Amino acid sequence: MSGGLDFSVYTWEMFRSFVLSGLYFSVQLTFIAMAGGVLIGTVVALMRLSGRPLLEWPARVYVDGLRSIPLLMVILWFYLLIPLFLGRPIGKELSAIITFTIFEAAYYSEIMRAGIQSIPRGQVHAGQALGLSYAQNMRFVVLPQAFRNMLPVLLTQTIVLFQDTSLVYVIGAYDLLHGFEVAGKNYARPVEGYIAAAVVYFAICFSLSALVKRLQKKIAIVR
Amino acid sequence: MAYQWDWSVFSQDTGAGETYWQWMLSAWGWTLKVSVLAWAVALVAGALIGVLRTVPGRGLQAFANAWVELFRNIPVLVQLFLWYHVVPAIVPAMKGVPSFVLVVLGLGFFTSARVAEQVKAGIQALPRGQRMAGQALGLTLPQTYRHVILPMAFRIIIPPLTSEAMNIIKNSSVAFALSIPELIQFAMQAQEETSRGIEIYLAVTGLYVVSAFAVNRLMAFIEQRVRVPGFVGSGK
Repeated sequence: MSGGLDFSVYTWEMFRSFVLSGLYFSVQLTFIAMAGGVLIGTVVALMRLSGRPLLEWPARVYVDGLRSIPLLMVILWFYLLIPLFLGRPIGKELSAIITFTIFEAAYYSEIMRAGIQSIPRGQVHAGQALGLSYAQNMRFVVLPQAFRNMLPVLLTQTIVLFQDTSLVYVIGAYDLLHGFEVAGKNYARPVEGYIAAAVVYFAICFSLSALVKRLQKKIAIVR
Repeated sequence: MAYQWDWSVFSQDTGAGETYWQWMLSAWGWTLKVSVLAWAVALVAGALIGVLRTVPGRGLQAFANAWVELFRNIPVLVQLFLWYHVVPAIVPAMKGVPSFVLVVLGLGFFTSARVAEQVKAGIQALPRGQRMAGQALGLTLPQTYRHVILPMAFRIIIPPLTSEAMNIIKNSSVAFALSIPELIQFAMQAQEETSRGIEIYLAVTGLYVVSAFAVNRLMAFIEQRVRVPGFVGSGK
């Protein structure tokens, strides 16, 4: 490249026309996969802790299976299989959302499992002594405490998830990274585009992890 | 769904004088090469940075902290693009470096931030008396680290290092973005050429699982071999 770096083309105008929709998709993907992942992950964790082989084994296969495969491979699998099952193609973006929700659920479920196991048995027994059913015990006694204990870890995993959304590159979905790449190509300034992408990812992830650290201290004091 | 399996795809010729089976095995080799070399980079850099985070001296600590934050807060794929597109543009000496080397450095430094966290945690898990005893014996600080602290700290952190080692095999898949002919690259190209995506993906997925399992067993073996009687992890 001749003549140093030149960021003059990286204006708000450029950001708005090329990057903003990508950023929007990355954030959207993160939030949907987090919400869906925590929901499915909690159910899977409860299955795994149920002590019933018929529930325990599918949960174990699901979690250990997904955790031993690269996310890129999982993205490719879903992108290949979903259209085969549905008989029609779905968009890259929708495929990514389904993939990430199911994939992240495996990771969130391990966090929730640790959270549930961190609740002293006396809490469960107390709930049972009060006449709560299994569902009530989970709903009112165990899960609220487990969530609270695990909140910093859940959020840290979500930061990892946000970073991982850049991997939708493999199927060409339009995310934050893709936005900067297209902008860099259009203005013939690709090097600056990648630097800008790195700066934006860093700024988001760094400030979020700083927030999580503060939250961790707060929670630790209350406990 | 009645799917027509066709495993004969692996004996087909790719048009380059080899079968898809042979191509896949060479892709597996690339995955392992990237992983092993990046792991070496990550261990060396991670140990160094992890140690710097625990030594007295604010300057060194600040440098080590900045290293960890930098490599941990940028997605690994973006880091690879930085190595491939940005570093050669800014550092002329890096021009013409093969992308394989860039992937090894990129993945290695990314993982070094995570290794450094574990090394620091391992060092801090040791009783303070260990460090003091070393210095009371007249060892210099580097000697204390070399002979007293690190041998114990590394034993303590073998379990988290095991999962990092398994992660690096999975993370090596991002190497496809710099056109390294590893497993993901093979999976995408072979799927397109043969339309036998399910068979090919299954085989590639199997190789990843086998690789991760092998790493797991290897680390368990190392843990067994190096354990110190009467200390952490020797209860088993």
